[in-house]
Formats: sequence, C-alpha cells, structure tokens
Amino acid sequence: MSGFNWYKYASPATFYDLAGRMIPWFYAAAALLCAAGLYIGFFLAPTDFQQSEAYRIIFIHVPASWMSMFIYVVMAVWAAIGLAFNTRLSFMMASALAPTGAMLTFVALWTGALWGRPTWGAWWVWDARLTSELILFFLYIGFMALQAAIDDPRRADRAGALIALVGVVNVPIIYFSVRWWNTLHQGASVSVTKAPSMASIMLLGMLVMAFAVWMYAIAAALSRARSIILERERNSQWVAQLLEGKA
Amino acid sequence: MSMLQTFTVLLRRELTLAMRRRGDVLTVLFFFVIVASLFPLGVGPDTQLLRLMGGGVVWVSALLAAMLSLGRLFASDHADGTLEQLILTPTPPVVWITGKILAHWLVSGVPLILVAPVLGIQFGLSNEALGVLMLSLLLGTPVLSLIGAIGAALTLGLRGGGVLVSVLVLPLYIPVLIFGAGAVDGAMSGLGAEAHLSLLGGILILAFMLTPWAVAAALRISME
Repeated sequence: MSGFNWYKYASPATFYDLAGRMIPWFYAAAALLCAAGLYIGFFLAPTDFQQSEAYRIIFIHVPASWMSMFIYVVMAVWAAIGLAFNTRLSFMMASALAPTGAMLTFVALWTGALWGRPTWGAWWVWDARLTSELILFFLYIGFMALQAAIDDPRRADRAGALIALVGVVNVPIIYFSVRWWNTLHQGASVSVTKAPSMASIMLLGMLVMAFAVWMYAIAAALSRARSIILERERNSQWVAQLLEGKA
Repeated sequence: MSMLQTFTVLLRRELTLAMRRRGDVLTVLFFFVIVASLFPLGVGPDTQLLRLMGGGVVWVSALLAAMLSLGRLFASDHADGTLEQLILTPTPPVVWITGKILAHWLVSGVPLILVAPVLGIQFGLSNEALGVLMLSLLLGTPVLSLIGAIGAALTLGLRGGGVLVSVLVLPLYIPVLIFGAGAVDGAMSGLGAEAHLSLLGGILILAFMLTPWAVAAALRISME
C-alpha cells in the first residue's frame, strides 16, 4: 500500500475515466441485489401477524430512510475532506450525492405515509422520527438551493460544504429522537445490542435491499459527478480530446 | 487594542448604529406582534384552543422575526466595506463576530422576550407559563442569532439572499422551537419545564462554543 498514490485519483481526468468504468458494475450490483431483496420480501418473508401484508413496504421504506441519513453523513465527510485538503473532487462528490439523498428522503417519507395509512390510520403523524426525516429533506433542499444560488463554483463548493457540516449535527438528533420523544412511532426495530425483534428472513430482505439502494446511490452519484466534471472542465484540453474522440 | 477592548468597542458601535436606526428594531418587533395576532384570526377565538397553542405560536413568531432581522447582521457592513476592514484587523475574527452576534441579540432578541408576555396573556397562558415562556426565549433567542449568523454570512451578497437564508436557517431552528414551545407546554400541563429548559440551555452552550467559528469560516468563504 505504501507505493499507492491516492492523489492520482483526486485528479478529475483520472477519476472521470475510473468512474466511467465502475458505474456499470454498481448499477448491475444494484439491480441484482434489488431483485433478490424484492424476492425475499414478497415471496419468502412470512405475512406479519398484526399488520398482514401491508408491512411489506418495510423493504423499501427502511432501506430508503437508512440510506437517506447515511448519504447525508457521507456528503458531510466529503465536504470536510474538501475543506481540509482543498480537493475539488471531494466537493463535486458532495454536490453529486445531494440529489440522490433528497430523492431517498422523499421516498422514505412517501412510503412511510403509505405504510402509516393502513397501520396507524393516518397518512401523517407529527411524530419525532417523521418530523426529523422531514427536516433532513429540508436540509438537503437548503444545501442544493445554496449551491444553485452561487455562480462562482469555488464559493458554491465551500459554502455548500460548510452548511453540510452544520446540518450534520442534525443527523444524530434524528437517530436519538426516538429515545428523546416517546410517541406513536414504534421504536427502532433493529438494534445492535439487542436481538432483533423481527423474523431473521425479514431482516435479511431489508439488509439486501439496503445494499441495493447503497449500490444504486454510488452509481448515481458517480455518474452525476462525471457530469459535474465535464461541466466544470469544459475548457480543459482533456475534455476537448474526449469529445473529439466521441464525435 | 486587547481582544476585550475590540469586543466592547465593536459592541458599542453596533448598538449605537442600531439606536440611530430605531425604525428597523421596531419593525421587527411589530412583525413579531402581528404574526402572533394573525393566528387567533386564522383558527378562531376558542379560548381553550388558543391556550393550548399559545406557547407554540409565540415561539414560531419569534423564529420568523429573528430570521427577518438577520439581513442587518452583515449586509450593510458588507456593502460599505467595513466587513473587509474587520477581517484585515489582527483581532481573531471569532472575537468581533461574537460581539456582532451579541449586539444583534440585544437589539432583536431581547425586545421579543420583553413583549412575549403580553402576547402570552392574549393567548390565555397561566402566570407560571408566562415566566417559562420568557425564560425559554431568554435561552433560545441567542441560539437563533448564533445559528442565523451562519446563514447570513453564507448568503452575503447573493441574489434572493433573504428567501435563501430562511430555507437554510429555519430547519436548523427547529430543535430550539421544539424545546422552547415544549417548555411552555410542560408548564401549562403541569409536567414541568425543567427538562426542556435544560436541553435549551445545553443547545445554547453548544451553539455559543461552535457557531462563531462556523461564521468566521463562512465569512472567509463569502469574502474571497
């Protein structure tokens, strides 16, 4: 490992090429895992005693909400790396992750509403976890709105990075809000310290789906990062050569 | 000049400037009163309902008023070049930033705390709840000025800065709103407000320690 030069991959030109070769693999992994996860979720997992078939939305809802929080943290890590080492690519990764994260947050909220209707009898309740997820959605929107409002890419990168770091304070609040406010929402079903309170086949389906969403998020972020690179480096020589080769 | 001197000089300057433009201060205060008065007109004069809502309504109005006043924090100093001169001084930015935020709170936060009991009476809050409302605002409004300063610094000189700052800052205000309004609710329902007030105090300490550095970084990003 000592001779390996990580900085080589911080160069947009090298990264553009590498990402282009990696993206199909991540999409393929996402599709396979998604097919496997949905099969487990719809055919292998047993019908729930209390919630009958309605609970099966868990296989979309839980992975989407896990990943929506995780992506925000990853985004903040890229932002921190960018601010600390002044690497342009890190900022590009942070802005490439934001739309995927916002989309997954929206999916989590939407599927939560669809799940809440048959189980609680309400599309929406103002419970801590739902509200925190909504705040997370607002944080993503704020990050994207700030970057969109700034024309100078350098300032947009850094301002976005700072607001991502400020917002990341909110992610632990989301996680611990379940303990802080004791409300209608059921407590976390999966816990590291306790044995899971659900059938292991359900857990397996959820984990497989979570990995599927993860792979999809990586693929989507990489392809978005490639577009950002092309847009920012459009005056550089390697982009000109690349476009000539394609034409 | 020592850091403390810089701090006091800057604080006095900010307060003098605010006193020369008293209209700005009063506008924010009246905005606070008007927003709170709109709620009974919107939901009806049911005394029971208003008593339940009172704490939350006053807090939401305080959030909006604090957010509206953020434009004053850096914008005029940015326009006339004072901000650049401040950044060039040998004093660490955190010192004068803390001074500016403190001045902003004294001018736009403290009047809200003083007027809030009048609004609380209109909503039929009990005497104990009025005290808790003031105490929660005393702990919470400085946090609004501190967090808001980050948004104000990041959106300096941007088009549509006012709307943008609300999208950035209002989500970050939510924990303060929850604990502030929760404290008043606790006092009204007899559950006690101590837990909420303690959490608010904790947030204030955390915000006071961290945000001046974030504001300094944000100003550096915006002024490059």
